[in-house]
Amino acid sequence: MTDELPKIDAGGDALPAAGQPLLRIEGVAKTFGTFRAVDGVSLDIKAGEFFALLGPSGCGKTTLLRMLAGFEAPDEGRILLGGRDIAQALPHERPINMMFQNYALFPHLSVRDNIAFGLKRAGMARGDIATRVAEMIALVKLEGLEKRKPDQLSGGQRQRVALARALARRPQLLLLDEPLAALDKKLRESTQGELMELQRRLGMTFIIVTHDQEEAMTMASRIGVMKAGKLAQVASPRELYEAPRSRWIAEFVGDINLFDGESKLRDGHRLIIGTRDAGALVVAEPREGVGAGKLAVAIRPEKVKLSRRGPVSVAGRETAINSLDGVVADICYLGGTTTYKVKLDAGGIVQASVPNSARLDVDAYSLNQHVVAWFTPDDCVVLQS
Amino acid sequence: MSSRRIFARPARFAAIAPYVWMLLFFLVPFGFVLKISLSQTAIAQPPYEPVFDLMAGWEALKAAFAALSIDNFRLIASDDIYVFAYVRSLTVAVTATALLLVIGYPIAYGMARLPKRWQAVAMVLVIVPFWTSFLIRIYAWINILQHDGLLNQILLALHLVSQPVVWLSTDTAMYIGIVYSYLPFMILPLYATLAKMEPVLEEAASDLGAPPWQVFWLVTFPLSLPGVGAGVLLCFIPIVGEFVIPDLLAGSNSLMIGQTLWLEFFTNKDWPVASAAAIVLLVLLLVPLLLYERLQKRQLEQGR
Repeated sequence: MTDELPKIDAGGDALPAAGQPLLRIEGVAKTFGTFRAVDGVSLDIKAGEFFALLGPSGCGKTTLLRMLAGFEAPDEGRILLGGRDIAQALPHERPINMMFQNYALFPHLSVRDNIAFGLKRAGMARGDIATRVAEMIALVKLEGLEKRKPDQLSGGQRQRVALARALARRPQLLLLDEPLAALDKKLRESTQGELMELQRRLGMTFIIVTHDQEEAMTMASRIGVMKAGKLAQVASPRELYEAPRSRWIAEFVGDINLFDGESKLRDGHRLIIGTRDAGALVVAEPREGVGAGKLAVAIRPEKVKLSRRGPVSVAGRETAINSLDGVVADICYLGGTTTYKVKLDAGGIVQASVPNSARLDVDAYSLNQHVVAWFTPDDCVVLQS
Repeated sequence: MSSRRIFARPARFAAIAPYVWMLLFFLVPFGFVLKISLSQTAIAQPPYEPVFDLMAGWEALKAAFAALSIDNFRLIASDDIYVFAYVRSLTVAVTATALLLVIGYPIAYGMARLPKRWQAVAMVLVIVPFWTSFLIRIYAWINILQHDGLLNQILLALHLVSQPVVWLSTDTAMYIGIVYSYLPFMILPLYATLAKMEPVLEEAASDLGAPPWQVFWLVTFPLSLPGVGAGVLLCFIPIVGEFVIPDLLAGSNSLMIGQTLWLEFFTNKDWPVASAAAIVLLVLLLVPLLLYERLQKRQLEQGR
């Protein structure tokens, strides 16, 4: 028991065979009373992945993470780590470590003893513990603070101790529960970079739980969006943003303009959709299974261009560029970009995010100015309403 | 004038209030007791001499001071009765406090882990015995423990014993009484610290590979030490001076210091010796108190 401290770098026998996922979640469900917190989630995670579970609060992402750590036992389903079912194993029996939200550092132990805690439990020799702790302290740049107690540290330092403590045992899988939520914005952004660096360098598998989609997009190579206990979509950040599978995901991830309507005409690879608020829109052929009944056209604000007279290319207009007339109803200057809300003559409102590429405001539009908002069919996503 | 200034600064008044309280209700009476402990017994009213008479003039006062002596303390140190009483009091208090800790800790821990609304119920259940007079509860124990009492009836009915067991007037009965009476004083401070503790710390320990007993011993228990200290003191100190429970439930062959004090005061009418015994008891009790205070101070400093 004591000598099987898991080591991912040693290529131990617990590692999955080539092509097999490190972690396989199969139909896992968990019910609290009558509330189904996690409702039949299946997911494969490959070794070395940085995976993010993203969702609003109460979507079940934390419960799923807690089942991976062993703090909750699933009512249904299996959790296979390297082929072994660990669904019912106790937390201290799993080669998985967790970095807790608010860190859960032991207040009565020094930085060094916090980091050494897991190593001592694994029955490591004293000399090896000292070496590993020093290694960890160097890794998270906490030299000189070894003897401090957690409440003598800043928020950022505490976060590092928590990370070092969770990494010290070299777990096969590191779980991070909202690891950056307690940091201020600047520190959060620099820490995101450091976490990614660390994950790449150690080649470890990370699963992070977050409600912050920017954080998930920045760090993760794959994101699982959860809604009401179910995985709504598992995709790369780019796919999630550019090809959301549902109206809900489109709205949850980033800003988006949505126009409800119905399919009117199919023309080759183009589809014409009649919308209530923006007139007829030409869109690229939607993915399989979408196209009948009530639809919504989704377009990201940064893909909506504004101009005084309409699309630059005349040819473009003929190859069915959507161009909508309107007046500027609201201007929101954000530094790098400016978001304009354009009240369309057709009735709706479209948001356009325009980069402020020049310092002087020659390009800027003013309130109540007449503009044309335009975008190509390929920039639209058609969603089932 | 000065009273107006005091009321204009309620915070300052609040800060000196505990000192006024200490002065009036602890230091002044303590001065009286100390003085009596240095006096000699006399068949008089009050039953000791010398008596300070502030009206008698300076010379008389000086003579009274000269008449004070530490003879009573010498007597206490030399007479086995007192030494035995102190030793027995401390033994009983240490044993009972250890029992209280062992019994009270799991109860407090269980309470702290209950769902919030059940915690309030459990709290009431712990406090509810206080609504009945302490004496009545001890007399109830006499009833339960006597020859044909409830305990023996149950034991006989379960065939655990064939003869009624003698409980009353034994140390067992006394320990039952003490543990029963002091349990809330152990549970409440323990519960307060354990309820404040974040359960996520225990999860973190188990996540880092600690089996349940290590989680308790390495995380839960060390973090509950302030509560343990408070509970131990709240029980230990009054148990050392306990009079009623040993008097009613224990045998009469060995006395605790509280009982000895009672005898000296009310049976022997020897106020000076009783006062001296009380002073020695106080000094003995100051030792654990100071230790606890140093411990707390160290924890506070570490906390910074």
